[in-house]
Amino acid sequence: MTRAEILNELKKVFAPYTTNKELLNSINDDTDLIRDLKINSANLVDIIIDAETKYNIEIDFDAADKMINVGSCIDVISEKINQKNVEYR
Amino acid sequence: MTKRVVVTGLGVVSPNGIGVPSFLHAIKNGISGIKFMPRYEELNFSCRLAGMPDFEWVKLINYISEVTLHGLKGTNIAYGLAAALDAWADSGMDYETDEPRWETGCVFGNSIADTEAMKNVIIRVDNKEAKKLGSRVVEQAMNSGVTSYIAGRLGLGNKVITNSAACATGSQAILMGYEYIKHGYAKRMLTGSAEHVDTYVYGAFDSMRVLSWKFNDHPEQASRPMSSSAGGFVPGSGAGALVLEELDFALARNAKIYAEVLGGSSNSGGQRQGGTMTAANSTGVIRCIQQALASSRVDSQQIDLISGHLTATNADSKEIQNWSDALKRAGDDFPLINSLKSMIGHCLSAAGSIESVAAVLQIAHQFVHPNINLEDPNPEITNKIGIDCLPVDMIKKEINIVAKANFGFGDVNSCLIFSKYN
Repeated sequence: MTRAEILNELKKVFAPYTTNKELLNSINDDTDLIRDLKINSANLVDIIIDAETKYNIEIDFDAADKMINVGSCIDVISEKINQKNVEYR
Repeated sequence: MTKRVVVTGLGVVSPNGIGVPSFLHAIKNGISGIKFMPRYEELNFSCRLAGMPDFEWVKLINYISEVTLHGLKGTNIAYGLAAALDAWADSGMDYETDEPRWETGCVFGNSIADTEAMKNVIIRVDNKEAKKLGSRVVEQAMNSGVTSYIAGRLGLGNKVITNSAACATGSQAILMGYEYIKHGYAKRMLTGSAEHVDTYVYGAFDSMRVLSWKFNDHPEQASRPMSSSAGGFVPGSGAGALVLEELDFALARNAKIYAEVLGGSSNSGGQRQGGTMTAANSTGVIRCIQQALASSRVDSQQIDLISGHLTATNADSKEIQNWSDALKRAGDDFPLINSLKSMIGHCLSAAGSIESVAAVLQIAHQFVHPNINLEDPNPEITNKIGIDCLPVDMIKKEINIVAKANFGFGDVNSCLIFSKYN
C-alpha cells in the first residue's frame, strides 16, 4: 500500500469522529487530529481500533502514542503493514 | 423566603406518543402503547407484551452531533436525551451555549444501563478482546450516562445528579430539582428520568411472576390497573422531562408556564411494618403523601385528581386504601384517580416523569385522562371509593391540584403536588 492509498482509506477511518468534513477532504501529513480535525482525544482510541480492523494490523501502545497527526498515522500504519508482510514472507 | 417553582417545558418519549402533541392526543383519547413482542415469545417469557416507544434512532441527529451519535448504543440514554432536549426547546431556549449555564442543573434518573448494549462488552471481554471495546462504553455503562449526555449537550453548570429509586425515580428527580430551586441553589433544573426495559431486565421481572400473562393475544387490554382482572403489570420504556424554573426567573424571560410545583416528599417505609423489598409499608406511604401536602400547604380536600402509581398488581387496592387514609377521604368524597399505566404499562424509573408530564398536561389543558381497560373495577377498590372517582372516559373539568405519587422496590416513596399556575 502506498502512502497515498493509506491516506485515502484513513479519511474513511477519521470520518465518524470529526464534524469538519471539508477539512477532512484536504488533509495532509501535517494535519493534527486533535487541533485541526477537532477529534476528541478519547476518540483516538476508537480510531486506532478502527485502523487495526481496516488494515488488519495491531497497533501497540508505543506506536499509538505517535499517532498525533496524519503523517505519523500513515508512518505507523505503513510500518505495521510492512512488518506483517515480512512475517508472512 | 423560599422560591416558587414552575414548570416551563415538557418533553416525553412514551409508548403511546413521542413529543408533547402526540402524547397529549394519546392520553386524551385513551390510546394504548402496548404491543405484542414476537421476540418475547421466542424467549419463552410468560408476558410477551411491552409498552415500547416508536422511537426512530436516526432522529437523534436532530439532538446531537453525528460524532456523538456514532457509537451511541444505550437506548435509555437516547430516550432521556430526546425527552430532555425536547423539554428544553419547549421551554423556549436554544441548545447552544459557549459558557456553562451556571444557574441551571439537572436531576435525571434511571435504573441500569442498557444491558442489551452491555452484552457486546461482556462477549468481547470474555473473548479476550477488551482492547477492541473503544472509548464509548464507560460513559454509557455508568449510571450517570444519561445526565452526562444531557448536561454536556446543553452546557448545564449547576448540580448535575443522577438519582435512582426504582419506580419512584422519576417523581423523586422532579422533587429534588424542585427543592434545589426552592432553597435557592439553582434557578433552573432540567428534571426527569429514562428507562429501557431490555430483554434481560424484562426476563428478571417475568421470573418474579409479577407481569401480565393472560392478555398476550390482546395487547391493548393487558394493562388493567384497579380492575378485577388485573393480573400483573406490562413493562414499558421511555422517558419524561420537565424544565423547572424559579418563578421570577421564568417571568423575566417571558417563559410559558404550564403549572406550578407546590411541594412534595420522598421517604422510605424502611422495609418495616409490612414493608419489604417489594411491598410498601403503608405507614410510610401515608406519611409521604401527608408530608407532600404539608410542604405544599394544601389541604387534602383541595386535591382534584390523583395520578396513582397503580401498576395493575394486587397492590392497587392497598394503594387506594393508603391514599384514602392519607387524605381522610373515602366513598364519593374521594378525588378522581387515574393510572397512565393502563395505556403505557409500567415504565419503572421513567414512570414518575412520564406520569408527571401527563399530570401537568391535565392541569394545563383542564381534563382528566381515562383509565382504559377498567370494565370490571375491583370490588376491593369500589368498596372504598365511589365508582365515579374512576373515570373510564376523558373528563373535561377544572383541575387545580394534582397529587402524583410513585412507590418503588426497596420500599421507597415519592409524592409531588402540582397546581394550576395562578
